[in-house]
Amino acid sequence: MSASVATPARASGDEPVRSSRPLLGWHVHDGVVVAKRNLIQTIRVPELLFFSLVQPVIFVLMFAYVFGGAIPIGSGSPDAYREYLIPGIFGQTVAFAAAASTVGIAEDMHKGIVDRFRSLPMKASAVLFGRTIADAARMILVLAVLSITGLVVGWRIHNGAIDATKAYLLLLLFAYTVAWIGAWVGLYMPNPETANTAGLLWLFPVTFISNAFVPLGSMPAGLQAVAAWNPLSAMVLACRELFGNNLGQTDGLADKYWSLQHPMAYTLISCAVLLAVFIPLAVRKYRTSTSH
Amino acid sequence: MSEPAVIAEQLVKTYGEVKALDGLDLVVPEGTVLGLLGPNGAGKTTAVRAFTTLLKPDSGKAIVGGIDVVKHPEKVREIIGLTGQYAAVDEYLTGRENINMVGRLYHLDSKWVKGRADELLERFRLADAADRPAKTYSGGMRRRLDLAASLVAQPKILFLDEPTTGLDPRSRIELWEVIENLVKDGTTVLLTTQYLEEADQLAEEIVVIDRGRVIAKGTSETLKDSVGGDRVEVVVREASMLEPAAAAIAPLGNSEPVTHDVDRRVTVAVSGGSTILVDVVRSLDSAGVVLDDLALRRPTLDDVFLTLTGRPAEDDEIEAAKPKKKRGRANKEAT
Repeated sequence: MSASVATPARASGDEPVRSSRPLLGWHVHDGVVVAKRNLIQTIRVPELLFFSLVQPVIFVLMFAYVFGGAIPIGSGSPDAYREYLIPGIFGQTVAFAAAASTVGIAEDMHKGIVDRFRSLPMKASAVLFGRTIADAARMILVLAVLSITGLVVGWRIHNGAIDATKAYLLLLLFAYTVAWIGAWVGLYMPNPETANTAGLLWLFPVTFISNAFVPLGSMPAGLQAVAAWNPLSAMVLACRELFGNNLGQTDGLADKYWSLQHPMAYTLISCAVLLAVFIPLAVRKYRTSTSH
Repeated sequence: MSEPAVIAEQLVKTYGEVKALDGLDLVVPEGTVLGLLGPNGAGKTTAVRAFTTLLKPDSGKAIVGGIDVVKHPEKVREIIGLTGQYAAVDEYLTGRENINMVGRLYHLDSKWVKGRADELLERFRLADAADRPAKTYSGGMRRRLDLAASLVAQPKILFLDEPTTGLDPRSRIELWEVIENLVKDGTTVLLTTQYLEEADQLAEEIVVIDRGRVIAKGTSETLKDSVGGDRVEVVVREASMLEPAAAAIAPLGNSEPVTHDVDRRVTVAVSGGSTILVDVVRSLDSAGVVLDDLALRRPTLDDVFLTLTGRPAEDDEIEAAKPKKKRGRANKEAT
């Protein structure tokens, strides 16, 4: 504060007490405050939360019973496909976290609340960190519901708790990464209504040109290459291996694609690169739309 | 004793062809209230957004609390509070949660913020609704919550951008009281408004702006005097009677009568208080003009504008959209 500002006499209240610098710095502090606000919103609109849980459950049931018999995996039985399918649905579901971030950011940007945030001495990045943290955190609940649904239709965890935990953490990292891409997209949306539709568009090719629902071996060569290098494929493959749902679904393609040979490493590298690109891009876009 | 709380020097902000701010100059001395008055599109909101670091001016200087807004926006944010035209509250959060969140984002101690939130909720008569989501609040309650949130860090300088636009008369008067109390406590306030009565009520000094520049300043009394005193306003039965009515009352006025075709209204500045009404009725009667309404009222922003710029404060489109055509009653409520 400048010394030239004299403190006027104030009839009520004590002088404000400043918080000491938090252990993890103001970026984290402010991000968590905004994330808390976003999570409270989730609780206050239970209908929205309910339907966001129902949608992946419907996907599980449809793929398991409608497509299950038509897509040959391992032994070729529908049971084998269900084992194969659940990590794919996990992957698709966490990828769709991005759409929620797109809509959330677009809504924030077009409500008065963003002027409030921008006039506060908070870190500008907090609106984006808060959004992505909250959207990834919500995935914990979604994954829990999905896992139960999976267990009901015959999916099993075969490799123990440690590997399963690794798989879930990988899924959350992936959710957090795509949430940043979604948030970045949201900053370009002219209004929340457009965000509702446009926020989903790019996610369809990303989730369907992958091994989430069908084995890569069934795809034509060009498409197969795209799908093999799709980080989502590597992540889903890594989860299948960690959960022990590995049913020979790489069709011998692991030799051809490094991404499928080292799915865990490729997923971690992809997430690191995407975060390194999209965090600065989104923060810069937020700042410039701040002061036009 | 100390330098002014807010200074603008030759502020310019252009959007494409439109000059939102065209060399705006103003000074708000510490501990005073300045009313920034002007019609829609005059540049009021742009000015507030420049002072509150929400936008960068193209050129010129803005100093708030002795700090350059462009050079050190983060330092300015620590000492200001802003209540915008649209209540900037999160509607899913409760009133208390909203205030707490803003307090935490001002980087204030969480325990202190809790106590402060209680105090503000009490003071703004939101204590009963404190734990209800803001979604359930009325328009007036939302504005009060918005104002409470902007006060959580006890800002020395408060910016209020059309704080009462869209509020019913009762909520407006309530908000005026709140603002008056803040000023008593020593807060410097820069307030924008479209209503002369509002500036009149709250501000010591009024700056009238149009098209991004200052066209007049002074106290509300000097402004009103400058436009020639009270107004007689008559509404005629038939549009064809507008010209005869204007001609009939012209000799009684201090200004040329102004006719408004849309609502068959004739306005003229007068002096002499209510006794002039008798003369007006007499001359209209002898001219054979049939009246629907007749009123004597204080000058409004429209009159100030008409006098200063030669055109009405608001274009017909906006004027027509506003539900305050029953002038006589609207003015009684507002003053």
